[in-house]
Amino acid sequence: MKKKFKLQDLDCANCAQKMEDAIKKIDGVTDASVNFMMQKMTVEADDDRFDDIMKKIVDTCKKVEPECVILM
Amino acid sequence: MGSLTKKQRTALLRIVVTFVLFAGLMICEHTGVFEPLPWWAAALIFIVPYLIIGYDIILKAMKNILHGQVFDENFLMLVATVAAFCIGEYSEAVAVMLFYQVGELFQSYAVGKSRQSITELMNIVPEYANIEWNGELRQVDPDDVEVGDTIIIKPGERIPLDAVIAEGDTMIDTAALTGESVPRHASVGDEIISGCINGSGTIKATVTKAFEDSTVTRILELVENAGSKKAKTENFITRFAKVYTPFVTIAALILAVIPPLFDGDWSEWIARACTFLVISCPCALVISVPLGFFGGIGSASRQGILVKGGSYLEAVAELKTVVFDKTGTLTKGEFRVSKAAAVGCTEEELIETAALAECFSNHPIAVSIREAYGKTINTERVSDTEETAGHGVAALVDGRRVLLGNMALMRDNGIEANELTSPGTVVYAARDGKYIGAIVISDSVKEGSAEAITELKAAGAKRCVMLTGDREAEAGAVSAQLGLDMHYSELLPSDKVGIVEKLLGECGKGENLAFVGDGINDAPVLARADIGIAMGSMGSDAAIEAADIVIMDDDLRKIPEVMKTASKTMRIVRENIVFALGVKLAVLVLGALGIANMWLAVFADVGVAVIAILNSMRMLKKTRT
Repeated sequence: MKKKFKLQDLDCANCAQKMEDAIKKIDGVTDASVNFMMQKMTVEADDDRFDDIMKKIVDTCKKVEPECVILM
Repeated sequence: MGSLTKKQRTALLRIVVTFVLFAGLMICEHTGVFEPLPWWAAALIFIVPYLIIGYDIILKAMKNILHGQVFDENFLMLVATVAAFCIGEYSEAVAVMLFYQVGELFQSYAVGKSRQSITELMNIVPEYANIEWNGELRQVDPDDVEVGDTIIIKPGERIPLDAVIAEGDTMIDTAALTGESVPRHASVGDEIISGCINGSGTIKATVTKAFEDSTVTRILELVENAGSKKAKTENFITRFAKVYTPFVTIAALILAVIPPLFDGDWSEWIARACTFLVISCPCALVISVPLGFFGGIGSASRQGILVKGGSYLEAVAELKTVVFDKTGTLTKGEFRVSKAAAVGCTEEELIETAALAECFSNHPIAVSIREAYGKTINTERVSDTEETAGHGVAALVDGRRVLLGNMALMRDNGIEANELTSPGTVVYAARDGKYIGAIVISDSVKEGSAEAITELKAAGAKRCVMLTGDREAEAGAVSAQLGLDMHYSELLPSDKVGIVEKLLGECGKGENLAFVGDGINDAPVLARADIGIAMGSMGSDAAIEAADIVIMDDDLRKIPEVMKTASKTMRIVRENIVFALGVKLAVLVLGALGIANMWLAVFADVGVAVIAILNSMRMLKKTRT
């Protein structure tokens, strides 16, 4: 399943890249991209575990860039 | 500056407060007020503005260390300023933090602004759809409208969904999608595309596609996802940034520890190391490259050219060979009778006979002959029609046996005909076993094709090649008319891939080949070329899927346009890279020699980023006209 999320306060391009790299490493995530210009994140992950994976993604993003909020 | 976000406003407030405090402290310092105080008291006084301006950075740095993120810009700023404090450079530490925050604020504002102007370019999303509900007009979310529903579009409103006009007559402004400023006329039965603006009349239309499948949604998705197909330059910078920060940080560490072992001047060398730390953030680089590409893609979409990713824009800048499909791309794809050479009867008689014989066929050639005849056909005059695929038709017209078809058909029936060599499709006709003439049907060259070829050459394309399934005579004529370098004729659809592969092999390193087609039947070729360009595909799903660049209207002149946009984008991106790297490198060297101080280092970090952003914004200016 592919889902898009809006991001708030994503302020640095390098952090966007770091977030993308970190999310891609999460187990169950097939593909992810963080678009700094559009302030959007696209996640492609296993259907049945999507909610679990999303929780992990939120945690990961908090670690990399604490100020950035994922709007669900 | 009314458009600041809440976060930016807080930052601005902190900057102003710190600036006032700091200015006061600097006056006190220079007038010698602090001289009688012990060193710790002065340090304590300077810590107040330092904390006001830098508390968020300190907090972030702490959090990131806990999360194992070491080479983070916040952490580096913290280390640099704390080190400055330790060697007694209190005012320097505060100033650097202050300057850094000013830069960050400006950077965030500039990015916000450019993001806004790009999204404004793409502001084609309809907000509502009008639906009639118990005789009353209601505005609903376009997402809630289903296929088959009837929507009402008033003058000046944006067409919310792809639909077919059921009632009414209007002019449609497609500028937002195609860049074409002349409105198009549309009436009952015509397809209308979401995202366009309804000009003159109120229309009722039947929805043909749900919102998520409609043109406007697909285009937006395409442009938004364009960021994920990263250009080589962009990948290079991302990889570079990953090495750059640790490298500079380690260099700073070496600078702080090794030289003072020899000369013992610890505070001087630590100060120089701090300069290094401040420059070590790669943000200016990481931000300026994608922003340049984003601007280029945004600017192209304004002109009605959809580029699916930065990598394609990069490739188009080095476009050397352009391969065109003929029918529907270079030519209109509409067949017309261009010549009728009658033998032993009048031209009218020839056309009438042919139109009657072809009256039951749907073949494009039959259609064009009937169009040339122009009168209603009395089908009772025709009987016993028999079509032979690839050859022609035989029929009884007014009781006389008529044969209509190619040379082979004539020969097979033992009819002697003069072979015509004029370009186009030639249809020979015979009546009662006697040759009565030939009709030439040809396709006309599209307006602007020749101009597009000339412009392409001027923009740097070396070879323009045409591929077609038509006869050599026809292909040669079109090729000469347009000034093409090469043409391949009498091809089967499957031959096209082979020829494109051969041409690809002839391209030099770093030279790219584009295939331009209408997206019908040529998807494999579009995919095989370095860049697949699909034409005239308002709403054509197949073309949008298969191509890398989609030209929204039929205008071939958009191809040289996109080449120019691409070259400009690449130039800006290169300028940004050279400038950002150059300034950083220069400040690193000057810093190591003790000539550049931390102030200059902050400029090399955030100042350069802001300048790079402003440079990227030039990409958007051109299209404002």
